[in-house]
Amino acid sequence: MQATATAAGGLGSSKAERTALKKALRRTERRRQLWAFGLTLPLLAFLLAVFVVPILGMLKLSVENSELARTMPEAAEALRAWEGGGVPLEPVVATFAHDLRAARDARALSPVAQRLNNAHAGDRSLIQGTARRLPDAPDGSWTATLAEIDAEWGEPRIWWSLKRAAEPWTDLYLLQSLDLQRDIDNEIVATPSERALYRNVLARTLWISLAVTVLCFVIGYPLAYKLSTLPPRLANPLMILVLLPFWTSLLVRSAAWIVVLQREGPINETLLWLGILAEPVQLVFNRAGVLIAMTHIMLPFMVLPLVSVMKSIPKSHMQAAIGLGAPPLTAFSRVFLPQTRPGIGAGCLLVFIISIGYYITPALVGGTADQMISYFVAFFTLQTVNWGMAAALGSILLVAVLALYFVYARLVGIDRLKLG
Amino acid sequence: MALPTYAGPLERSWYYAFRIICAAIFVFLIAPILIIIPLSFNAQPYFTFTREMLTFDPAGYSLRWYQDFWQSASWQASIRNSFIIAIGATIVATTLGTLAALGLSRSHMPFRAAIMGVLISPMIVPLIISAAGMFFFYSKINLAQTYTGVILAHAALGTPFVVITVTATLSGFDHSLTRAAASLGADPTTTFFKVTMPLILPGIISGALFAFITSFDEVVIVLFLAGVEQRTIPREMWSGIREAISPTILAVATILIAISVLLLVSLELLRRRNERLRGIQET
Repeated sequence: MQATATAAGGLGSSKAERTALKKALRRTERRRQLWAFGLTLPLLAFLLAVFVVPILGMLKLSVENSELARTMPEAAEALRAWEGGGVPLEPVVATFAHDLRAARDARALSPVAQRLNNAHAGDRSLIQGTARRLPDAPDGSWTATLAEIDAEWGEPRIWWSLKRAAEPWTDLYLLQSLDLQRDIDNEIVATPSERALYRNVLARTLWISLAVTVLCFVIGYPLAYKLSTLPPRLANPLMILVLLPFWTSLLVRSAAWIVVLQREGPINETLLWLGILAEPVQLVFNRAGVLIAMTHIMLPFMVLPLVSVMKSIPKSHMQAAIGLGAPPLTAFSRVFLPQTRPGIGAGCLLVFIISIGYYITPALVGGTADQMISYFVAFFTLQTVNWGMAAALGSILLVAVLALYFVYARLVGIDRLKLG
Repeated sequence: MALPTYAGPLERSWYYAFRIICAAIFVFLIAPILIIIPLSFNAQPYFTFTREMLTFDPAGYSLRWYQDFWQSASWQASIRNSFIIAIGATIVATTLGTLAALGLSRSHMPFRAAIMGVLISPMIVPLIISAAGMFFFYSKINLAQTYTGVILAHAALGTPFVVITVTATLSGFDHSLTRAAASLGADPTTTFFKVTMPLILPGIISGALFAFITSFDEVVIVLFLAGVEQRTIPREMWSGIREAISPTILAVATILIAISVLLLVSLELLRRRNERLRGIQET
């Protein structure tokens, strides 16, 4: 359109007319942009409200530390002002005792008790027990009274925990997710090995996802090759066979694998009947079951990008290589394989990304030792109400997935994300 | 790719071995799904083929698990819930998604890539994260354990599919048709409903089917957001599998497989119709 405008200008119209025309064009252009943007606005606003804001809220929740400040505001302020080290002086302790009693009487103590317990197991009963036995007036000093109720109050550790809980933000949950914690000198140290859990879970999540990706590749590559070389008359119905599991409910497929793999299931029965096995093997509710069921579920995500890449490779390339004297295997590895690299990258990344966030299948088909990071997000949200921990694990997973998608977008292009 | 006549014994055996490998992979893909169909007609409460079933004795088969499913109050409620939620989510997702796709397919769209990134993000973010985030947020604004909450969440999950399918259909759309309509005096709304809509309808319907099946099969969001009142079919299956797996699950699974086949076939037909429509346009 700009080109037409200059062309028209070239035909001898005056300068004023030309600028007026340009302005009018720019105005129309802007109006069109606004109109196009306006059409996407309802969906953008909708997703922002029901999807983006909740996820940002989760990210915030992983560092939020408002329990103490909300329930015991004066104590929180006093603790924040205290420089730490040892047991605080009497005024701080008195403010704390006063706020503790107020919170007890208002029945608002449980979030604080939960928050302290999240950082140090056992602090819930310490807080609740102390609150129950707290007198109206101190017997001498509050410092002595508290120490009399529970000797813990004479220790620097609990006061340091309280100071940490009084800060507006905390890295407690994010550190815990990586099996780290802050010691009394505020240094980051490793969590004692008997309570360390999450590095193991993260490693297991990566291991299972990687294994599923490799299995999908090993099974999916020959399948994709076959599908791409068959004539359409045969390839189309076979493609539907690949897509059917894709379209079947996840729960149906998980239930199917439980039935097929169980001790009295068809696989064990057949192998026993054939005499291959002497007694049934445990194939489900363990790692093997998770790998089998997840590979089955992820396979279409590997096959579809591979087929679309393989279809674009002319057959003549392989024929030429063989015609020039290359043995079939060499022709395959030097001519065909390198050309399918974009498909391999896309398929593997997609399978890996979907696998690391998977919840349903491992939860149903796996045992307790096969649960991935997503299981712990659900566990901390729905069972032990430790939302900070759920949010921290979720945030780590989200960052990992978004980083991998960024690689995927650079490698494949997000527009190439295809369905079915 | 037929085997050339000059192939040696090694190539010949590799050719057949490869065929067997591929056949085995297809069995791996399909068999577990197919095997539960006959098992759902088992007269006994087992998950294996009984002797009567293997000898095709009619006494070995029965519809008792289907009857169980049909007569149970909780399954009945779950069917109703699944349809209420899936239809609600589909309507919201299809309307908003189609509008957005119309905007995105215009050449004047500013920040196209960035907006597309946001619009398809519900498809990218792992379900467990969306579910947890929504749970924290919806609990605060009293939307947890309501139909509205689940419908809104499912609609968000379905919109990327609508946006992608409708955008794909619009990429082959001849924009001179809308200009022709406008020059003949139609206002934009009339143009949309009389010209654009009939042509992109296959895309809209397949998008709507994607959105429907997304909601109909979804269980993670339901686990987090739905109360006892909003339990859907997958949610009932989840507790069925976790607590006491009974062959009723297999009957439900068989019905769901039938629904998936139906949807897959309709999508394939729509795709063909869409290609045919475009074919006419091009000539």
